[in-house]
Amino acid sequence: MSRDIQAAFVKSFPDGPQIRVENLRTAGPASTTVLFGASGSGKTTVLRCLAGLERPEEGEIRFGEELWFEAHRNFCMSPQLRGLGFVPQEYALFPHLSVGQNIGYGLRKVTRQERATRLTETLRWLGLEGLERRRPGELSGGQRQRVALARALIRRPQLLLLDEPLSALDGPTRLRLRGDLRLLLKQLGIPTVLVTHDRTEALALGDQLVVMDGGRILQQGQVHEVFSRPVNLATAGIVAMETVQPAQVVESTEGLVTLIAGQARLISLSPPLAAGSEVYACIRAEDVILLKGMPDRSSPRNCLSVVVVDLTAEGPIMRIDLDAGFPLTAVLTKQACEELALQPGEKLTALIKAPQIHLIQR
Amino acid sequence: MNSEEWQLIGFTVRMAALSTLVVLPVGLGLAWCLARRRWRGKALVETFVTLPLVLPPVVTGLVLLKLFGRNGPFGRWLHGLFGLDIIFTWRAVVIALAVMSLPLLVRAARTAFEEVDQAFEQIARTLGAGEWRIFFTITLPLARRGVLGGTLLAFARALGEFGATIMVAGNILGRTRTLSLAVYQYVQNDEDAHAWALAGVSAGLAFLAVLASEYLAQPRKR
Repeated sequence: MSRDIQAAFVKSFPDGPQIRVENLRTAGPASTTVLFGASGSGKTTVLRCLAGLERPEEGEIRFGEELWFEAHRNFCMSPQLRGLGFVPQEYALFPHLSVGQNIGYGLRKVTRQERATRLTETLRWLGLEGLERRRPGELSGGQRQRVALARALIRRPQLLLLDEPLSALDGPTRLRLRGDLRLLLKQLGIPTVLVTHDRTEALALGDQLVVMDGGRILQQGQVHEVFSRPVNLATAGIVAMETVQPAQVVESTEGLVTLIAGQARLISLSPPLAAGSEVYACIRAEDVILLKGMPDRSSPRNCLSVVVVDLTAEGPIMRIDLDAGFPLTAVLTKQACEELALQPGEKLTALIKAPQIHLIQR
Repeated sequence: MNSEEWQLIGFTVRMAALSTLVVLPVGLGLAWCLARRRWRGKALVETFVTLPLVLPPVVTGLVLLKLFGRNGPFGRWLHGLFGLDIIFTWRAVVIALAVMSLPLLVRAARTAFEEVDQAFEQIARTLGAGEWRIFFTITLPLARRGVLGGTLLAFARALGEFGATIMVAGNILGRTRTLSLAVYQYVQNDEDAHAWALAGVSAGLAFLAVLASEYLAQPRKR
């Protein structure tokens, strides 16, 4: 049975923007869908509509077989009945309740014993043992985030909604918890919709990416596809034009990580990663240098034989889609393009320095 | 203090406490509706609730007299249904005190509810909690200081009420006479010593209630 969101709706604010969502879909039970865009692009509103905290004026929202909202029948299922786990920005932990009471708040209609068991289980699972008597005000940012997750997860929700789950944390904690959250989401197997404005977070946590701007969905699809193949200039501007290629670590030595990406072998300057780790190799189009013929020696560690697949003019620049054993994108000025007399099918060499291949662990 | 004075003090405190109890559910309900819901006629209801604060208390008393008199709409209904007489009984005292102290509670509680971040109530909704449970476990506890402060203020107001009470309840010794009515009576009878003694008690009670209310209204450091 499908446990996916299908949503198309319009939500307006009296003297504010209009949020227009056409055909938002999640994909599969264990997948994380990232709503990505700048602040004010409407992603939080979309999340709140899914949670039932805002009511759209038009359209409908379905989750699997369940109808959650249908405008023309004037039907809106209350948030209480949607079986959600919602983690808002800044977490909204109840300040007057202890950690244990916060986590147990949504757990009603179970026996006292069941309640105690699930509380212990959840506390242990999220590493919050010994904190159950504390107040939220006495916790660190990372602990607060885990309490908010625990409060949502103890009810075994059928859908998890996370609004900027990492933005309330300081830099180093954010980095550490990003990895933890990724593992947690993988373990859970609950479809998740996550809002973020941070591209690294989107890449690290998402399977599906929904790019939003000005209250509209610009593009949605697999994370690396959307990042690598933005359908238009607007999307490209938001995601930043870049190749995002799934790759696997072969070995790590002396600060250099060797990867297999599609048919190609890449070398990246990166902290050591275990052989076999799944990563995204990210390469900005501006960092790809193209030349005709093969250089004898060159300083960049990556020297790839590529074939031109397509050329697209975008203003004064030319976007060049290449086959490098994996899809690779480069940008050149029109002049450079004319000098090289590039044509589809042409064979070239692409040079990329090792530090310019940025790895995001999956 | 003689036994008559003690009786007066006891009666006044009892009436004020009773009126506060009556006002509490009504006032909190109203305050919540004003703070959290949008509805037609909201401004009108708001005005009516606040009116006793600025209207001359005798006028409020006169209106209550009309409403709860034997021939008034509420009075006739209560008499017909339960055989209850209101006017010139202790019940009239409670009603007068309640109406006069309601605005203070509603205003304080409304502000206190508005200061509670709605994010807490919304997350509680996603956790399956119904509106009543949310009110009693989230909104009310988070607004407790403002609500308690407003309750004490309403109580203090009830302790000192004069104009409305004398209109609907009269000034019957042992039945409806409260502290402030007694002060008035003693002055009328040229018994200044008694008047001053009761005025002192009255001021003392009011001082304590307002002090407690002020203490609660101060933001507490956590």
